[in-house]
Amino acid sequence: MIDYKGRSEHIKKLYEQQNALDESIAHQMMSSEKIAFATSQWRMMWRKFIRNRIAVIGGTVILLFYLTALFADFVAPYTLKQRMTAYSFLSPQRIYFFAEGRFQPFVYGLKGSRDPKTLMKIYVPDPEKRIPIRFFIHREPYKLMGLFPASTRLFGVEEGIVSLLGTDGQGRDMFSRIIIGSQISLTIGLVGVALSLIIGAFLGVSSGYFGGWVDNLIQRVIEIVRSFPPIPLWMALTAAIPPHWPPLRVYFTITIILSLIGWTWLARQLRGKVLALREEDFIMAARLAGASDGWIIFRHLIPATLSHIIVISTLAMPAMILAESALSFLGLGLRPPLTSWGVLLKQAQNIQVLLLYPWLMIPGFFVAISILAFNFLGDGLRDAADPYTV
Amino acid sequence: MIAYIVKRILGMIPTLIIISIITFIIIQLPPGDFVTTAQAEIAASGGGMDASAVEAMRIRYGLDQPMLVQYWRWVSGFPRGDFGYSLEWSAPVWDIIAGRLGWTLLLSGLALVFMWLVSIPIGIHSARNQYSLGDNVFSFLGFLGLSVPDFMLSLMWLVFATMTLGISASGLYSPQMVDASWSLAKFLNLLNHLWPPVVIMGVVGTAELIRIMRGNLLDILNQQYVTTARSKGLVEKVVVRKYAVRMAINPMISVLGMQIPKMISSSIIVGFVLSIPTVGPIFLRSLITQDMYLAGTILLLMTVMLLIGNFLADIALAWVDPRIRFEQ
Repeated sequence: MIDYKGRSEHIKKLYEQQNALDESIAHQMMSSEKIAFATSQWRMMWRKFIRNRIAVIGGTVILLFYLTALFADFVAPYTLKQRMTAYSFLSPQRIYFFAEGRFQPFVYGLKGSRDPKTLMKIYVPDPEKRIPIRFFIHREPYKLMGLFPASTRLFGVEEGIVSLLGTDGQGRDMFSRIIIGSQISLTIGLVGVALSLIIGAFLGVSSGYFGGWVDNLIQRVIEIVRSFPPIPLWMALTAAIPPHWPPLRVYFTITIILSLIGWTWLARQLRGKVLALREEDFIMAARLAGASDGWIIFRHLIPATLSHIIVISTLAMPAMILAESALSFLGLGLRPPLTSWGVLLKQAQNIQVLLLYPWLMIPGFFVAISILAFNFLGDGLRDAADPYTV
Repeated sequence: MIAYIVKRILGMIPTLIIISIITFIIIQLPPGDFVTTAQAEIAASGGGMDASAVEAMRIRYGLDQPMLVQYWRWVSGFPRGDFGYSLEWSAPVWDIIAGRLGWTLLLSGLALVFMWLVSIPIGIHSARNQYSLGDNVFSFLGFLGLSVPDFMLSLMWLVFATMTLGISASGLYSPQMVDASWSLAKFLNLLNHLWPPVVIMGVVGTAELIRIMRGNLLDILNQQYVTTARSKGLVEKVVVRKYAVRMAINPMISVLGMQIPKMISSSIIVGFVLSIPTVGPIFLRSLITQDMYLAGTILLLMTVMLLIGNFLADIALAWVDPRIRFEQ
């Protein structure tokens, strides 16, 4: 049995409490000039967001990934193209952290030989030879962020090799290549989403705001674009990129191709939001005050939908990263010398290669982790974007 | 209902015409044509073609004609089931892709069934036991399923099956079964090669559907008619099955329509990695060699599959939900 009487008593009590609170707020407003007690919407979102532990973890991972990408040349012990031909297809090395009871990371030196049966190259750690891992070591010069010449690296060895994630067939360090490849994998999502956002926000907001034939036309275009399955359409479009184009041009063309479909989703979401907002009193008030359409769109509608734009773009990132790696994996997206996670994974297509050198698959885990982190972050942001519900 | 179906079919015709035009333009985008790629391939292997042979090849394939004429040639064959001629395989396009289209449809269909069968019970369980251990485990697994790319899952399965289980994981049959005549053993072998791609293709969708089913059911369980059903003394099982799930399932049908493009995309990649004869591998090859009628037809047919899938989902929704029927 539900205790209706008790419940109505409770509601009455709540109502009285609320009244008392309102009165005290009104009192404070009158007594003090400043409105320090009013929490801004962004602040409420932030509060709700940091309470969501998984979303915070996702956000932290993303932040770490982007920081690493920014300082990739510093973090990576080797350059992208540095070949250590003496160590091709080296499996990930074991790192020892303590020597004689104190912290001194080292790896063992390697003795190369051939497997008597398969004639495959194998490397045996030489316990006699300890190679200490040095921090802030001066190695191959590079340009930090492509601007500042430097040669200090986070870690490295003076002789031999340190390879956390193994090497590929040409003796290139996979760890370095993954770290440097993250620059492209992670920025292609950012640039792609930014482009989709520009097109999507503009067309989506106009579609919802103007309605009528503008809305109709934009919706028909979206329908046509979305009637194509995404991966095949992307494949057909990227196959059209001429092979002789310079890398930078290929990179931007691919982001444009990705956002060619991406914007439709953003536009649809924003249109729905604007359709609801359009009927709100503050828009009517702006219109009555003589504001132009452009003013209303840019000063009222876009700021009002900003939190949703952020959520939608975070949730759109995984699809972009995924699409780029899938296309590059198939050999249609980016191609060397551009190096992304997908390009690195292309080496791991072949089952024979995969069985012998399974560590070549590792870039795929980076793809998965970044997507997972973006999903966690986006989910938390979506909950936080609506701070008024519990 | 019939009027609704006819209206939807008629509405699809202009879309199809626009799509065929766009497809043709996209396929024509790469610089050069099939003959230039063929020439480059021959040159790469040390041979050469003189200009008159090149010209003759172009004329024979009709590549010298204006674009509009080429487009019309391609499209006008559709009603007769003629989708043009593959330049690389020297065979009619339809003969090359018919069987592959069948595998694509089969795998996608099975993956859709898999998604539904798995996500609905889990979604119901999670909604009824919100924030329980099971709910949390499933939502974490769901996130994981959403995040691991399908090509990665295929690669991992390939390595795991070969290294740990010691079974063949690529192709439709194990090597020793390929040439065997049909028997129960061969059929079981086929099934053993079919379920992994189906599961891999279905993982992402399953994760999404679980979340949607859980959310829907949670909303509905809080509605007044459910409270009414409970308060008039119905057994909880009946309340959930006949009152709540019945309503929560409607959005799942329209979401199923939205899963079809993902299935098509996924069938390409999974087919490529696991060497399953879907249209994927041949589509990739045709794009690279600029075998335009083959590539164009595959892109077009995949789009048509998507349109038909959405159409079927809409009809199913109208059939299940009378409100939609009356609105039309």
